[in-house]
Amino acid sequence: MSGTLPPRKPSDPLAVPAAPLAPPAGRSRAALGLAAAAARGRFALQCCGGCGAAQYPPRDLCHRCLGPDLVWRDVANGGTVLAMTTTRISADPYFRQHTPWRSGLVQLDCGPSAVAHLHRDVAGGERVRMRLHLDKSGQGVMLALPAVDTPDMDADPMLRQMTCDPRGRRVLVTDGRTAFGRAMAQTMLDAGAAQVFCGIADAWKPGPTPPGEAVDLDLTDTASVRRLAAEFGGRIDIVIDTALHIRPGGLLERGDIVRAREEMELAFFGPLRLAQALGPVLRGRAGDGTHAACAWVNILSIAALAPMPGYTTNAAAQAAALSLSTGLRAELRPLKVVTALVGPLDDAWHQAVPPPKVAPAQLAAAVLRALKGGREEIVVGDIAQDVMNRWIDNPATLARDLASG
Amino acid sequence: MSRRASYQGVVAVAPVTIPYERYSIRSAHWWIGSAIRELARTAGIGPRDIDGLCVSSFTLGPDTAVGLTQHLGLSPRWLDHIPMGGATGVVALRRAARAVQAGDAEIVACVAGDTNNPDSFRRMVAGFSRFAADATYPYGAAGPNGSFALLTDAYMRAYGATREDFGRICIAQRANALSNPHALMKRPLTMADYLAARMISDPVALFDCVMPCAGADAYLVMREETARAMSLPAVTIQGTIERHNAFPEDPIQLRGGWALDRDDLYAMAGTTPDRIDVVETYDDYPVIVMMQFEDLGFCAKGEGPDFVRAHDLTIAGDFPHNTSGGQLSVGQAGAAGGYLGLVEAIRQLTGAAGGTQVANARTALVAGFGMINYDRGLCSAAAILGAA
Repeated sequence: MSGTLPPRKPSDPLAVPAAPLAPPAGRSRAALGLAAAAARGRFALQCCGGCGAAQYPPRDLCHRCLGPDLVWRDVANGGTVLAMTTTRISADPYFRQHTPWRSGLVQLDCGPSAVAHLHRDVAGGERVRMRLHLDKSGQGVMLALPAVDTPDMDADPMLRQMTCDPRGRRVLVTDGRTAFGRAMAQTMLDAGAAQVFCGIADAWKPGPTPPGEAVDLDLTDTASVRRLAAEFGGRIDIVIDTALHIRPGGLLERGDIVRAREEMELAFFGPLRLAQALGPVLRGRAGDGTHAACAWVNILSIAALAPMPGYTTNAAAQAAALSLSTGLRAELRPLKVVTALVGPLDDAWHQAVPPPKVAPAQLAAAVLRALKGGREEIVVGDIAQDVMNRWIDNPATLARDLASG
Repeated sequence: MSRRASYQGVVAVAPVTIPYERYSIRSAHWWIGSAIRELARTAGIGPRDIDGLCVSSFTLGPDTAVGLTQHLGLSPRWLDHIPMGGATGVVALRRAARAVQAGDAEIVACVAGDTNNPDSFRRMVAGFSRFAADATYPYGAAGPNGSFALLTDAYMRAYGATREDFGRICIAQRANALSNPHALMKRPLTMADYLAARMISDPVALFDCVMPCAGADAYLVMREETARAMSLPAVTIQGTIERHNAFPEDPIQLRGGWALDRDDLYAMAGTTPDRIDVVETYDDYPVIVMMQFEDLGFCAKGEGPDFVRAHDLTIAGDFPHNTSGGQLSVGQAGAAGGYLGLVEAIRQLTGAAGGTQVANARTALVAGFGMINYDRGLCSAAAILGAA
């Protein structure tokens, strides 16, 4: 097998495109914890708070002591392949598109045995590194990788079903005007993107030239969004919405709803327009070819979880956008919807905010890592991580915590 | 000596098979009901004389044995529904025998039946168990082929079994099936055919897999004197075992629960493996047959490959095994697959096996294995039956 990524091939106009299928999605509620861990790039299993046993598959009580206190904890990700198979005949339409498909039984270093997808460089009877990945149904699945990196291991077709490497793909960055949008576009080009389109809302205004190809796109204008979808929709594999519009201002001090309406326009209605125009097109190409449409990235403020002092109405718009992003994730499968929650940006609108702040290249690098790793939920910047940690610790106290500064 | 009460005075009679069909437009209710009608006809009684009913089926949903009583107009005073797949035949016998022995029922009909339409097997596999839906089906949706491929691969690595070794089991069963008019597989199988068959889920190839079909199997359990009064040829129950989720700490299944309980089985029956005339194992895949040979004491652990090389498993051979052809050649009619060996053993011991009859069969061992809930079969069972 050649290791390198297949070159992007122009689609054959005579061929019937591969349908955008997804693997079996039904799971128990307990097993959804695998997806939650996979979305964040963690290798976590259910562990018993009583006796400490790690268990798999997920259960509703500890299989060793019947204790009820099960918590998802990061566990050692080493394992040994006990048995393997190559499935050539599958009952499921998605897997029939992708057979032969390799899987195996891996004894995890933390105790249980797990059926796992096998990377093509795993030969059997050997040590492996385990990961949890989101499959095309958005469910968390076990994946066994070689113990040490192998040449071009990212090109494994099975792994590519779980990841969204921009290499060879065509990317739309919605706002090429800001330093964040430009850095995002440049990072995608540097990562081997076949093409990057940068949206420009107001081409008549002087401004820096974005990397890649500038295209007209005003997210506040339905006609503009539809024009873009009609012209470029069939040529976009990854959407990165960088139009993060954050302006300071408390709820009372503004005195009217003009600014709040602008915030909702850009944070909520803009992405909604874009999703309605482009979403169906991308979803329809989610199974097609070597570089199928695969991801939709929404850059949001961590304030979506709870208002930051001085940015109240903005936080409300961000909360709406986060809800929209979560809903889009369910409707856009088999594409991945990546939600990047960022801390204060290092831009002119955050002059009064003390560091640490998120720099353009930092955000772009984090999004690239998420795409290549197949993650759906990332937090960017120390402030955002701090807020997220507080939210995980106790969502009920976060808003009061932030309000008290 | 086993401290368990014997099954003395209780017998199994009237083995019934509703001939299998690859696909059927009938329901499980039809197949099970047809088997009960055939049981009554064989015993010369009316369906309502059956006062105990034990049912197993994968495709009866949303009904259970309860709904079946009204559907079929039966009013049993003892009712059981056993969801143990390939272990149901033996387990039903255990349950029914105790009910009869205790006087809770006089005549218990034990029935397993399933229908099969072109998509029912896929749907059954997709929703087979919670662990299957959570942790095996999303990994290629290979169903039992994939699960047994892993068990076969592990067994081959551990004990050096080859595909030829598994082929010997499949080929002998096909030879047996040619004497069974009910077998769906009608053509001889050669080693060359076996080895050349396409891979389904490596190392499991086409002839290692059973063919899902529709069908039903059944028998009656009653007191010995009742059977005599009805002039029904009967078999005695000399010993039985069952076990669930044996050896949970084994990282992969290389042995089944029989290994835990076989001493109890032979002690209860007062016999030894070398005195068994006919062996009916559960054979959804040949690897599990080899495991049963070992775990039931016909050879030591890991010697399964040598055992099948050294013995002739056909009807006329020195180790008559799965004499009807087994599921591999008769077909797998869902839960009825767990009855196939048992009804065949009753036929063998009552001289009713027709073309598959083993000469002088006096003692038979029937083993069951069921329910790949996640990575291994959880239910194991076995019974030793004797000619009356």
